[in-house]
Amino acid sequence: MRIRLTFSKTGPMQYIGHLDLHRSWERTFRRSGLPLAYSQGFHPQPRLNLACALPLGFTSQCEILDAWLEQDLPIAQIQETVSNALPPGLVVHSVEMIDLQAPTLQTQVNSAIYVITFFDDIPDLKDRLQRIISADHLPRIRRNKSYDLRSLIEEIALLPQNDSGNYEVRVQLAAREAATGRPEELLDELGIKFEATHVHREKLIFAGT
Amino acid sequence: MVLSPLDIQQKLERILPTVQKPARYIGGELNQVVKNWDSIETRVALVFPDIYDIGMSNLGLAILYEMINDRPDALAERVYVPWNDMETAMRIAGIPLYSLESKQPLTAFNILGLSLPYETLYTNALNVLDLAGIPLMGADRREMDPLVIAGGHATFNPEPMHLFVDAFVIGDGEQVIQEIIDVYQVWKHSSLSRQQLLVSLSSIPGVYIPSLYHTYYNQDGTVDRIEKLAPLAPIPVLKRIVPHLPPPPTRFIVPNIETVHNRVPIEIMRGCTRGCRFCHAGMVSRPVRERSVSEIIQAIDIALKYTGFEEIGLLSLSSSDYTHISELVQAITDKYCGKHLGISLPSLRIASFSVDLMDLLIESRHGGFTLAPEAATDHMRNIINKPLSTEQLLDTVHQIYSRGWTTIKLYFMIGHPAETMEDVKAIADLCKAVLAEGHQAIGHRAKLNVGVSTFIPKPHTPFQWVSCDSVEQIQSKQALLKQELRHRDIKLTWSNPEVTLLEAWLSRGDRRMADVVYQAWKNGARFDAWQDQFNYDAWIAAFDAVQLDPTFYTHRARSLDEVFPWDLISTGVRKKFLIADFQLSQEFQTRIDCRANCFACGILPAFAELRREYPGDSWSCPEVKSPPKRKATVVS
Repeated sequence: MRIRLTFSKTGPMQYIGHLDLHRSWERTFRRSGLPLAYSQGFHPQPRLNLACALPLGFTSQCEILDAWLEQDLPIAQIQETVSNALPPGLVVHSVEMIDLQAPTLQTQVNSAIYVITFFDDIPDLKDRLQRIISADHLPRIRRNKSYDLRSLIEEIALLPQNDSGNYEVRVQLAAREAATGRPEELLDELGIKFEATHVHREKLIFAGT
Repeated sequence: MVLSPLDIQQKLERILPTVQKPARYIGGELNQVVKNWDSIETRVALVFPDIYDIGMSNLGLAILYEMINDRPDALAERVYVPWNDMETAMRIAGIPLYSLESKQPLTAFNILGLSLPYETLYTNALNVLDLAGIPLMGADRREMDPLVIAGGHATFNPEPMHLFVDAFVIGDGEQVIQEIIDVYQVWKHSSLSRQQLLVSLSSIPGVYIPSLYHTYYNQDGTVDRIEKLAPLAPIPVLKRIVPHLPPPPTRFIVPNIETVHNRVPIEIMRGCTRGCRFCHAGMVSRPVRERSVSEIIQAIDIALKYTGFEEIGLLSLSSSDYTHISELVQAITDKYCGKHLGISLPSLRIASFSVDLMDLLIESRHGGFTLAPEAATDHMRNIINKPLSTEQLLDTVHQIYSRGWTTIKLYFMIGHPAETMEDVKAIADLCKAVLAEGHQAIGHRAKLNVGVSTFIPKPHTPFQWVSCDSVEQIQSKQALLKQELRHRDIKLTWSNPEVTLLEAWLSRGDRRMADVVYQAWKNGARFDAWQDQFNYDAWIAAFDAVQLDPTFYTHRARSLDEVFPWDLISTGVRKKFLIADFQLSQEFQTRIDCRANCFACGILPAFAELRREYPGDSWSCPEVKSPPKRKATVVS
């Protein structure tokens, strides 16, 4: 059977890259004793598929993993068994069974919503945001390729101060193949150092929802 | 100002996104132990003086971590050295070195336990103390500074680190660490001085307190004598052994990032009976003590449930010599076949039996097959006491290639005592012959990796008297191999001759070498074990500054009656035995496996009482026949 897990990645796990996260999931399944399926061949690989790699240092509450199991089991039992085997920093929110033939997740994601928390006071934050919002184009270069950041920003809004008194921005960025908006690029455009912020992925928006 | 864990955490948030692999610096992995800091009496920081990626794979510290944390009155937390980028960031942000579990600065711990398995960690150890804000010199530490202890194989010659370490643990640490904590707790509740703590610690068997001894030198720089400064300090300090290996650790911390050995390590036996004359581990870790198959299987089972690791490593100095190796491998295969578990079985002897063993572990075949002939001629193998015929090697490699492995890795050493260019040329010829076997068996899929390291004379071995090759000699031997082994299917790796030289200086160093280590660290030496970080000039300048001649330590044959700085430490193996073995090597004579014939190395008399308490198979040594020592009975 094929299952889809929605999970959070926070705490110590926020500094773990995509490949390492993949291995953490394999070990989680191995500890759980659930019959994780492996590929055939000389170097069998666990059948796990993580959607939309989250950059190192970001936290998230909406990560998605597809896993294939060798036998069908009740969803509630899977969720409980997996949850008991998780390492600190991962929390499973939901598990659902999906069609074996369903397309991969990467192809279905349209946009992602991030909340950016600023560690320091930025007195003219509003003005800086306004400049972004009112621009028609924000031409940038990333890895020697030029692109327009503005067209990838679908929504952006300043939030009230959080409990610790920090300002936050919620931004919805395109997350389609070959059209992915990156929070770190937005921060650079705002003239704010990435390391003076915390970025949290709040939601993935799928095609047709 | 001392930073609190919260201060450290907050400062970290801003620098972690700017450094490589930030997960090295945050802890929080599955199975880490975080105790209630304030309610624990004794806090121990276990330090591996290299980066996380290396230190996390150290089994010694994993054993101590579990044992200390099992005590209700003590806690152990981990500390590794930050890589250069993180060190710079920490120094700029004013973050002291901290533990991964609680983010406590090292100065908040009672005991700092340094692991020193090899000498090229010494400058990193100094850097740890500096980053922590702990005085580098033991003599400068105050009552409230942590007690700095060190253990590991390099400490069988502790003298090059004697200025920086308050107490060395010589030999197996499992029992000693508990006794040190006990003595520490008694002292903490007393009003005695730090000096008195050190004196109390010196009464624990296996503990060496360098500040309780003084070394006198001869005019020529050799040691005249070593005298104790406290009446009760032992001379020599006899290493400690555990008579029976305690249950292996099973609750391994699961790293979230790649580390050098990302697996469950299970030590199947300790010690080795083969007596290779160059081998430090084989001499200092006697006697051989084995674990039972059932204990190993049970530990693997528990560890896999706790960790989910996809690989296990069955560790020992010579796996094929483990008495029940076939039974063990069969049991593991039966139990885990089809579970996608990799099994690594390093240190196999060159014999078809080893191929049969590995054949059972079918799922891990892609790992390649490693063999260590160490030398290529019969003559040289006799000198080093690793007898093996070329025919036997070729027969073994033929079987390996035929049974599905495409890559073989061979380890050799150059620079053995009395080695000639012919012996080195023979390495190249042998490698070609091995590859030819591969080509014959499986055609051009056959590959050969050749690792050539350089011999370093180690203290407490039969070669402790010999001189090293000069850098020029090593270079010309390496050049010959590089020229001879230029082949599409052969990959040759070798060690940097200057790093070898450093290890050689430190291995047989005396107390004066501590000044060199200190000066080298001040000159910027760090990460000496890393070829791309090693700073030869910093070391040469350090020797200059303290006016010592480095060649005195490496390029000088010692006379048999020379007093060595490490004679203060006893491994249980007698010097008389080492001399006899050294002389045998000069006559090209070998000694067989000592399970077949005890050569009276001295281990048995040194630990006769323990052997008597633990008779039977768990030791490979003969039983003790002499009557037990009569204990003095007090009649009142």
